[in-house]
Amino acid sequence: MTVKEFINLGIFEIVSEGSNPDRKITVPYCCDLLSIAMGRMPAGAAWVTVMSNVNTLAVASLTDAALIILAEGSVMSDEAVSKAKEKGITVLAAKLPVFEAALRVYKELNA
Amino acid sequence: MNEKLTLSYEVPADDFTRAGEASGSVKGMLKKMGVAPDIVRRVAIAMYEGEINMVIHAHGGTINVTISPEEIEMVLKDEGPGIEDIELALQPGFSTAPDNIRALGFGAGMGLLNMKKNSDEMVIDSTVGVGTTVTMKVYIK
Ligand SMILES: Nc1ncnc2c1ncn2[C@@H]1O[C@H](COP(=O)(O)OP(=O)(O)O)[C@@H](O)[C@H]1O
Ligand SMILES: [Mg+2]
Repeated sequence: MTVKEFINLGIFEIVSEGSNPDRKITVPYCCDLLSIAMGRMPAGAAWVTVMSNVNTLAVASLTDAALIILAEGSVMSDEAVSKAKEKGITVLAAKLPVFEAALRVYKELNA
Repeated sequence: MNEKLTLSYEVPADDFTRAGEASGSVKGMLKKMGVAPDIVRRVAIAMYEGEINMVIHAHGGTINVTISPEEIEMVLKDEGPGIEDIELALQPGFSTAPDNIRALGFGAGMGLLNMKKNSDEMVIDSTVGVGTTVTMKVYIK
């Protein structure tokens, strides 16, 4: 499933649409500790996290994540949202807990 | 790509919003040069962790990157407090990061290990009270 197809399901709120709509999503990945995410996150991941600062964006971009999903109602600062838009990173948001958000991704990827 | 390309970056002290700029720039450059994605990713991860360490633990510093046809060399130099026990610092989970840094998602104590895992060679040269120089190489072939 591509980022665009996933966004179009309308499950999550769009924070930043991103500039890579045809990017393939490989797998959901959950972790809030940036160094662990940095070391372990597979390329193309849908990264579900409650960490919503600019460093989340840096890690997503450096590890080639397909998109970020902010769970638990986590909110990005305006500054971080601008940066996400500027860098073309897809960021979605949900009230769902981390596990449930990742499960939704998993189900859609394996539907 | 026959000759060497050298890139230099200043890593500002205590500025988390800019940490990742140097590694991001090198990543973009390598991608453009057609270096294999897996290698680009390893360089980006290793360098970002080093960059973050310079911001968190060492009041910033400088990074010099040399790209040659055979390898990418990163030299990260700071004049911070130095590392007292390098063996211990390399242990997974060991961290001296304060709580405000942990609240940002850092301080898992995995950084040096990530750097080691993602590079083909890593040498840490550190003197307490003088500073730390970390040299990492990632082979292209
Ligand atoms: N450039 C540096 N200058 C001084 N100390 C450092 C430096 N890099 C790492 N350290 C020390 O090594 C420890 C482990 O580093 P690391 O594995 O990156 O974990 P973390 O950054 O999450 O604490 C740090 O907590 C710190 O005490
Ligand atoms: Mg670190």
